[in-house]
Amino acid sequence: MPSDVERWKEEVYGVEIRDHLERFAEEGWDAIPDDEHDEWFERFKWWGLYHQRKGQESYFMMRIGTPNGVLEPGQMRVVGEIADEYARGPASNPEFGETWADFTTRQSIQLHWIKVEDVPDIFDKLDDAGLSTMQACGDSWRNIVGCPVAGKDKNEVVDALDVTLDLHDAFKGNEEHTNLPRKWKVSVTGCREGCGQGDINDLAFEPATKEIDGETVEGFNVRVGGGLARKEPRFARNVDVFVRPDRVGPVAGAISALFRDYGDRDNRFNARIKFLVDEWGPEKVRRVLQEEYVDWELETAGDDLRSEYTYNAGTHGGHADHVGVHEQNDGNYYVGLDVLVGRMGVDDVIELADVADEYGSGEIRLTQRQNAIITDVPEEDLDALLDEPLLEDYSPDPHPFMRGSIACTGTEFCSLSIVETKNRQVRYGRWLRDNVDVPDGVQDFHIHLSGCTASCAQPQIADVSLRGMKTRKDGEPVEAFDIGLGGGLGENPEFADWVAMRVPADEVPGAIANLLSTFEERREGDETFRDFCRRRDEDELAELVEPEETSYEDPFMHNTKMTWYPYAEDDDLDASPAPTRADGTPAGSD
Amino acid sequence: MTVSIRQFDDGAWIHVADSRAVGAGEVRRVTDHDFCPCTVGHVLVEAFVDVGVAGHDVRARVAGQCIDCGTDGVLDWLTFGRVDGGTFRPVSTDAVQQVG
Ligand code: HEM
Ligand code: SF4
Ligand SMILES: [Zn+2]
Repeated sequence: MPSDVERWKEEVYGVEIRDHLERFAEEGWDAIPDDEHDEWFERFKWWGLYHQRKGQESYFMMRIGTPNGVLEPGQMRVVGEIADEYARGPASNPEFGETWADFTTRQSIQLHWIKVEDVPDIFDKLDDAGLSTMQACGDSWRNIVGCPVAGKDKNEVVDALDVTLDLHDAFKGNEEHTNLPRKWKVSVTGCREGCGQGDINDLAFEPATKEIDGETVEGFNVRVGGGLARKEPRFARNVDVFVRPDRVGPVAGAISALFRDYGDRDNRFNARIKFLVDEWGPEKVRRVLQEEYVDWELETAGDDLRSEYTYNAGTHGGHADHVGVHEQNDGNYYVGLDVLVGRMGVDDVIELADVADEYGSGEIRLTQRQNAIITDVPEEDLDALLDEPLLEDYSPDPHPFMRGSIACTGTEFCSLSIVETKNRQVRYGRWLRDNVDVPDGVQDFHIHLSGCTASCAQPQIADVSLRGMKTRKDGEPVEAFDIGLGGGLGENPEFADWVAMRVPADEVPGAIANLLSTFEERREGDETFRDFCRRRDEDELAELVEPEETSYEDPFMHNTKMTWYPYAEDDDLDASPAPTRADGTPAGSD
Repeated sequence: MTVSIRQFDDGAWIHVADSRAVGAGEVRRVTDHDFCPCTVGHVLVEAFVDVGVAGHDVRARVAGQCIDCGTDGVLDWLTFGRVDGGTFRPVSTDAVQQVG
C-alpha cells in the first residue's frame, strides 16, 4: 500500500507547493488546518522548508541549494541579509549568537527560525539574487555536489562545473523528476582527487577516459546507489557505463526515471536507490537502463582515476580538504577557510562577502567539509587578505583538530537527533587543541559527529566517527556516542568500524586523547591513522579506545532532546513560546 | 471521530491527529521480550518503523538499541499511549512495559 506521504504527493507536489506556501503566509500560521499539518509540512520540504522539532512549532529550517557550493558574487551578502532579518528565534545560542548561516555537508546553506509568514519576502529576495530553496529537501533532485573548486582546479580532468550547472538547470522544477520515491543525491567530479564524494551519493559521475573509435575521449564513469543513512551505509556501485560530458544530462535523466518508476513507494525505509541496487545488482541496473530508458547504445565504463584520489583518502599529502592557499588554473589563488562545524555568525557572513569582494571576484564556494572558499584572489593581494581579522576566526591554516571537525544539526533543531552536536563539537575541538599533542606529520584529523544514524555529518567516512547514543552513567541516562575508527574515501573507500559503543559524551575527548597517544606510540614509521587502523581488526581497534573523564566539561549531558531549546534559560518544554505568530507572540493567545 | 495516527519525519515521531505525540530519542523499559538478554531491556528508540492501533492503544515497532547490553534491532509492538476521547495520553517513560 502506498504510504501516506505518497498519497499526499499524488495530490499536490512540486512547484505548485509554492502557491500554497504563499497563501498560508498571507493568512498566517493558524491558516494551516490543524488536521493537515502533516501533509503540508511534508510538502513544504520540497521547497526547502523543514518544520523544526518539538517545542519549536511554527518555526522552520530553510535550506538554500547552491549547486556545487558556488555562490556567485553578491549572493553570500543576500544570504547574510536574509539571515539577519528573518532567521532570528525566541532564544540565542551561546556559541553563535542570535542568527547565523550553516554551511552543510552537501554544499548548501541552512537558516533556522524561519516563519512561514516571511517566506514570500525571502523567496523574492532569493529569486532576485538568483538563489533558490527549490528541491533542497523532499523527494527529488537535491543540491548537486562536486569538487568545490571545479572549473578553477589545476588538477581537473573534465570541467565538471558546467556539467553540474546544466544538470541543475535541467532537473530543478522538471515535472518528470519532481516526485521521486525518495531523496535523490547526485555528485559530479571532474578532478583527479575525488573531491566530489561520489561514493556516498545516489548517482555519481566520476572522471574517466575511454578509447572510442581510436580516439581518447574524456568523460565520466557512472556509479549508483551510495548513501550513509540508517545503519545501512553503501558505497555507490559501478554500473559499467561511460558518458561523454554532453551526454550526462540524458543519462542522469534516464537513471532518475528508472528510480522514479522502480523505487519502493510502499516503504520509505526501503526507498533509496541503494536498496534497489542491492536487490538487482549493478548488472540488472545497467540492463534495465539500456532496455527501457535510453535509445542509444551505452558505452561500457572507461579508465577511471580512482587510484589517484587523495581527497579524504588517509594518505600523506594530496588534497584532504580545500583549506589553505592554493593556486588556480588561471594563476589566481583560492583561499579555503576553516568554518568550525560549518556555522558562521551573521556579521561574519556579511564580512566574508565583503572580503571576497575586496580581494577576489566576490565569488564564494562551500565545501562538503562545511568550509568556505574565497576564489579568484590575485597573487599580489594574498598577503593583505591573509591579514584580514576575519581570517583569525576562520583560518586558512587551522589547528588540525579544528580543521577536521564536522558536526550535524542535532537536538538544537532536528527531530531525529539523540544528542546535542554542534556546540559540543566546538567544545571537543577546543579541548583537543589545548590538551592533546598532534601526532607527527598529521595536518588534519577528521572527526565527524552526527546526532543520529541518518548520518548528515557523514560520520562513517572519518578517522574518528561519532554517532549519537545514550548510556547510563552513575545510574542516570546520559548523552553518549558510539565511536568508529578508520573510515574514509579514496580509491578504496572504507566505512568506519564501530568499535566502542555508548561512550558517555564527557568521556569522548579523553578517549580520543588516549587513542592518539597510543597511535603515536605504536605506529610504524610515519604511517597515517587510516593505514594504522587498516592493519588492525575490530577487536584490536576496540582496545585502542579508552574512554576517560578529563578536564573536559560537558554542559549537555542531560537529555537535551527533552528541552524546547537546549540553551534557553528555562529550557523546559512547557516554557516554549511556540507555536508563535509572525510577530513572535504565542499563537492561540489573544 | 477518527484520529489520524502515523509515523512522521522518516521515523522521528508518532503523530496523533497531525501533532507530535511521541518522539524518538527516549529510552523505554521493556520486559517479556526477546529483543536482548536483559531481563528489563532499556531500549533507546532510534526511529518508529511502523505505527498502528489496537483498540484505543497507539502502538509501534521501533528500531532501537538497548543502552545496557548494546543489542540493536527492531523491537516487537509496544504501546506508546492511548487515545481517549480524542486526547492522546502517553505511556510514561518510567513505566516498565510488556512487549507484544
Ligand atoms: C532540521 C534538521 C534536519 C533534519 C530534520 C534532517 C532530516 C534528515 C533525515 C530524516 C535523514 C534520513 C533520511 C534517510 O532515511 O535517508 C537525513 C539524512 C541526511 N541529511 Fe538531514 N536533516 C537535518 C539536517 C541536515 C543537515 C544539517 C545536513 C548536513 C548537510 C543534512 C544532510 C543529510 C545527509 C548527508 C543525510 C544522509 C543521507 C545519506 O547519505 O543517505 N541534514 N536528514
Ligand atoms: S544526523 Fe540525525 S541528528 Fe544530525 S541532523 Fe541528521 S537527522 Fe538530525
Ligand atoms: Zn539489553
